[in-house]
Amino acid sequence: MGALIVCENVWKVYRVGDVQVQALRGVNLTIDHGEFVAVMGASGSGKSTLMNILGCLDQPSQGRYVLDGVEVGTASSDLLAEIRNQQIGFVFQSFNLIPRTSALENAQLPLFYRGMSLRDQRAQAQAALQRVGLGGREHHYPTQLSGGQQQRVAIARALVTSPSLLLADEPTGNLDTESSREIMSILDRLNREDGITIILVTHEAEVAACASREIVIRDGVIVSDRRTTPVVSAARSPH
Amino acid sequence: MSGFVYLTVMTALRILGRNRLRAGLTMLGIVIGVGAVIAMVSIGQGARAAVRAQVASMGTNVIIILPGATTVGGVRGGQGGVVTLTSADALDLKKRVPLLKETGWAKRDVMQIVNGNRNWNGPVNGISPSYLTIRDWSFVSGGPITQADMEVAARVALVGQTVMENLFDPGEEPVGAIIRIKNVPFRVIGVLAPKGQSAQGSDQDDIIFIPFTTAERKVLGTQFLGSVGALFAMTERSEDLADAVEQTREVLRLRHRLQPDQPDDFTIRTQVDIGKVQEGTSQTLTVMLFAIASVSLLVGGIGIMNILLVSVTERTREIGVRMAVGAKRRHILMQFLIEAMTLSLAGGMVGILFGILGARLTTVVAGWPTIISFDAVATAFFFSLVVGLFFGLYPANKAASLNPIEALRYE
Repeated sequence: MGALIVCENVWKVYRVGDVQVQALRGVNLTIDHGEFVAVMGASGSGKSTLMNILGCLDQPSQGRYVLDGVEVGTASSDLLAEIRNQQIGFVFQSFNLIPRTSALENAQLPLFYRGMSLRDQRAQAQAALQRVGLGGREHHYPTQLSGGQQQRVAIARALVTSPSLLLADEPTGNLDTESSREIMSILDRLNREDGITIILVTHEAEVAACASREIVIRDGVIVSDRRTTPVVSAARSPH
Repeated sequence: MSGFVYLTVMTALRILGRNRLRAGLTMLGIVIGVGAVIAMVSIGQGARAAVRAQVASMGTNVIIILPGATTVGGVRGGQGGVVTLTSADALDLKKRVPLLKETGWAKRDVMQIVNGNRNWNGPVNGISPSYLTIRDWSFVSGGPITQADMEVAARVALVGQTVMENLFDPGEEPVGAIIRIKNVPFRVIGVLAPKGQSAQGSDQDDIIFIPFTTAERKVLGTQFLGSVGALFAMTERSEDLADAVEQTREVLRLRHRLQPDQPDDFTIRTQVDIGKVQEGTSQTLTVMLFAIASVSLLVGGIGIMNILLVSVTERTREIGVRMAVGAKRRHILMQFLIEAMTLSLAGGMVGILFGILGARLTTVVAGWPTIISFDAVATAFFFSLVVGLFFGLYPANKAASLNPIEALRYE
């Protein structure tokens, strides 16, 4: 498998008033297609900044970021939006579903911005919901779903476009143990069966254990990057 | 893109449905503004149509020439103050201005008219037979004054509706009756059909016609033979009116031997001029109502902008999510613009309903004529669209220029 992500000496410098904050200080990182990477680090370590850059929500101040052969560092905001739409799926800690909008319509959202026909949007969103085990709940509103179910809708929304990269920012942070297991099992399955590259930010060792690679960030640099043996047995809840 | 618009409109409608009270209050300004526009245009057009009908009742192809406005040794005579026009002028005009289909003349004075033990003071008009054609008078009974009546200065009279009502009992046949004008007996030979109010508001039916020659010799008297109170003329088509007026002026100046530096010793008027004055009045009313409508549309627009700004803040996270999954800035811009326009158009629709209702009510309660036209509805529709677009632009732009990272992190 070739490299999906190549970061070369990536810096991110913010200016807060008169103070310069160096959030990232020369990150070098290569992630191949099909990897399952856990990113760990204390708050303020720069991992959120890295995730924003990897997710094409932000651009490096200095250095190169190449995603699937495309130079992201100099792309326009429209091109960034297109890359996010085509290549990347996001899963957030707080689900970030659109309120008062059905599960189906939430899952449809990325396709909506592709200009796809309404019928195709529905069909694909339906399939995505089925894959996360929410078939039959298409017309439920977020408030009618449990936290775990909401996060599964969010995963359906992320994978409805068949992305090559799925970015999960503490996806189990707001969930109970049982729901967390379900979510991790779904992510694991997507990585194994569909070959989707997953980058996961987490604080929990148990969650990080699902990944096959663990990166630790401190003060804006990668301090540890090692292969691990994924502990999938714990995540493999009955399905 | 059509799918995008459809879904965005659906989303907008759903959001409006969730906050019915808020949406209703937001739309109120637009409702009032559009309602005012509709009512205003309806009332304005109704008034204009009424004026036009009045003008038409006087004849849109009629020219009236009044003597006067002469200056003699620095003393200016008022209009009609000096007798300068004669029946010969009228006959000559008909010969020399081909555009004039008919010319006539009249002189008038208010006199006492007696029938048995009843009397009435009304304007007695000595007219040429052609006058009846020019002013388009028709008859309820009897017939017109003829050329023969003129030649022998016959003592015959035509009475208007108002005069008839005051001189005769209901059901009494006036034709054939003998009435006295200034103690001279006249035989009534016709009753005129009613014409109603003139554009100036005077009663056109309060009138008596007698042959001009009879009036000159037996009733009204004269300064010199053939002097008239006013000349009347008509063209075949109303489009020829302006040309005919010019030619009439030239002929009269020539006949009156006026030097190029001397002003006219007569005044030419047409019903179109009089109508214009009337329309000007209703125009003023329209402008005033338009100002009111503009202000409420403006206030309505600001209301929409205010609510949208709140909405943008409330839905910051949603905007962030939409951007994260691939919405471009113009998608976000469109979404909020469509929401603004949905609000203002919905307000516009309700406003159109209220406007039509208001116009109807005006007709029923105040008795003003109103005309609800397609123009008015289209204008209102257009205005509400423009207001939505204009006042939606700022909030929509604000939403579209959010930073996705900060929007996602917004609490």
